[in-house]
Amino acid sequence: MAFLELENLQKTFGANNVVQGFDLSVAQGEFVSFLGPSGCGKTTTLRMVAGFEHPDAGCIRIGGKDVTGLRANQRHIGMVFQSYALFPNMTVAENVAYGLKIARRPAAEIRQRVEEMLALIKLPAMAQRYPHQLSGGQQQRVALARALSVNPQVLLLDEPLSALDAKIRISLREEIRAVQRKLGITTIYVTHDQEEALSISDRIVVMNEGRIDQVGTPFEIYNRPRTRFVASFVGTLNILQGQVLDAAGGRILIDGQEVQVTRGQSDLASGKIQAFALRPEAVTLGDGGVGRNRLRGSIDQVSFLGSVVRIRVKLKDNAILLDTFNNPGVAPPEFGREVDVNFGTEDLLVLDGAGRD
Amino acid sequence: MKRTRSFSWIVMAVCAIYFLTPLICTFEFSLRLKRGVYSFAAYENVLGDSHFQASFLYSTVLSVATIVFGTLLVVPTAYWVQLRLPRFRPVVEFLTLMPLVIPAIILVFGYVRIYNSSSIVPMTSASWSTDVLLGCSYITLALPYMYRAIDTGLQSIDVKTLTEAAESLGAKWPSILFGVILPNLRVAIISSAFLTFATVIGEFTIASLLDRPAFGPYLQLVGANRAYEPSALAVITFLITWGCMGVIQLLGRGRRGISASAY
Repeated sequence: MAFLELENLQKTFGANNVVQGFDLSVAQGEFVSFLGPSGCGKTTTLRMVAGFEHPDAGCIRIGGKDVTGLRANQRHIGMVFQSYALFPNMTVAENVAYGLKIARRPAAEIRQRVEEMLALIKLPAMAQRYPHQLSGGQQQRVALARALSVNPQVLLLDEPLSALDAKIRISLREEIRAVQRKLGITTIYVTHDQEEALSISDRIVVMNEGRIDQVGTPFEIYNRPRTRFVASFVGTLNILQGQVLDAAGGRILIDGQEVQVTRGQSDLASGKIQAFALRPEAVTLGDGGVGRNRLRGSIDQVSFLGSVVRIRVKLKDNAILLDTFNNPGVAPPEFGREVDVNFGTEDLLVLDGAGRD
Repeated sequence: MKRTRSFSWIVMAVCAIYFLTPLICTFEFSLRLKRGVYSFAAYENVLGDSHFQASFLYSTVLSVATIVFGTLLVVPTAYWVQLRLPRFRPVVEFLTLMPLVIPAIILVFGYVRIYNSSSIVPMTSASWSTDVLLGCSYITLALPYMYRAIDTGLQSIDVKTLTEAAESLGAKWPSILFGVILPNLRVAIISSAFLTFATVIGEFTIASLLDRPAFGPYLQLVGANRAYEPSALAVITFLITWGCMGVIQLLGRGRRGISASAY
């Protein structure tokens, strides 16, 4: 049963179609991320849900009720901003209490609720501090508590971790997810960081140029990207151009070498040039044995990334990146050597979305 | 390195002499009312003069009114321009600069023409309505300082996001303006208030031509008729202005410190 429904949302700024035909149903308690590059319309969509922007067309329903015409202060939505947006003139406790005070809750209830929220974000000792006396991570936790204090129907987070440094980002995103699970609150999380989206979400909405490219679980998005854009935006990916020899049999020619596809053959057309995706971690060096695809090329780049060594093997026009785990006993392969690389027939993904990059 | 340093000291010294000598001389002169001895007799005369007290009180009341109504006019305007009408920012900035471009004498001539006792809006026909007119003209005169101070204050906080944060928590705009925006503009409003005070307290042209018993015309009157008292008045006025600037500095710096030490 969908709790938050977005139906055919449209938004234009001047001549720019910022969001077009956006359809999405979010279940109660679900954690959905909007993922995409800057300018893809993800923040605008979020702001339409919050009520800060009005859609040109389309409909937003929360719990079955149409809220499209309601103003932001009537929607019962919790919002967390990239810049924290804590009220600088108020203490942490006053910030968290603000929404309850506006709602004219009794003082005793407010006090209790503030304590509860501060315990939830693990900052009970900071109640009397001012925002400028807190670190960025602490401020964002207070902002989360402030948004949740009024028991909103939906929690919206607009790139909440982008202003923080890498370590805090990871610990805080785990904390946000834990709090969200505990409260079971329906959440939309906007980010441009694919790793963040993959690690935190129940479902990911990948957006590109105002449209949804794909909606799916992190597992689906990563392993079965539907378009070339999704494939290249989420994770590192090899994109190979090949000619389809035999669509039904899944036989493909890549730079004069034949390989086999066993997934998505239905999208193939014999004789056509087609784009395929291949994850670096699906590829290994060597012959690989029977039943695997094999391509021959020469090593033209070796990047040592610590735990992983990333090798680029040049075919004729295409190149394949592959990841191997660092083995302290074995030196990285030398440059220029002729090697075989192999990968499973099901690892080669057929991409649609012709013309869209 | 050493040379530039001594050079800056020379510049400092020249400037100090340039600014301080007249002040010191004025002060010295103001002490010479009694022949042969230094005394504060001129100050006693000035401070004891009932016209001084009355005109100073009049101007103080008027400047407080100017500050209150000016702030109520400028804060919502600047807030709205920043939040909803950023396109109109250049227009509003230009408008608020007009009082610096148009001399006060022209302004008051305009007032007298439009609001004289035989016009449709005869504001100069009674003294209370002339006081109102004077107050309005002071708000106009103070606009450049007020708008700039408050606009700078608004720019130093993230007005848009703070407004949205408050909105998403259910707040309507009056509670956003008075509960969230105004408290964060405290320093800006205080400095705009003192700048306005300093402008209004010594204003001469408009008060004189509208014939109001303000402090500016009183200064001029004393200056034209006495020898030592004008110098004493000048020193007193300087002290008041400096006091104002000192208070701005103190409060401006104190903001963080106060909030930190209060808890």
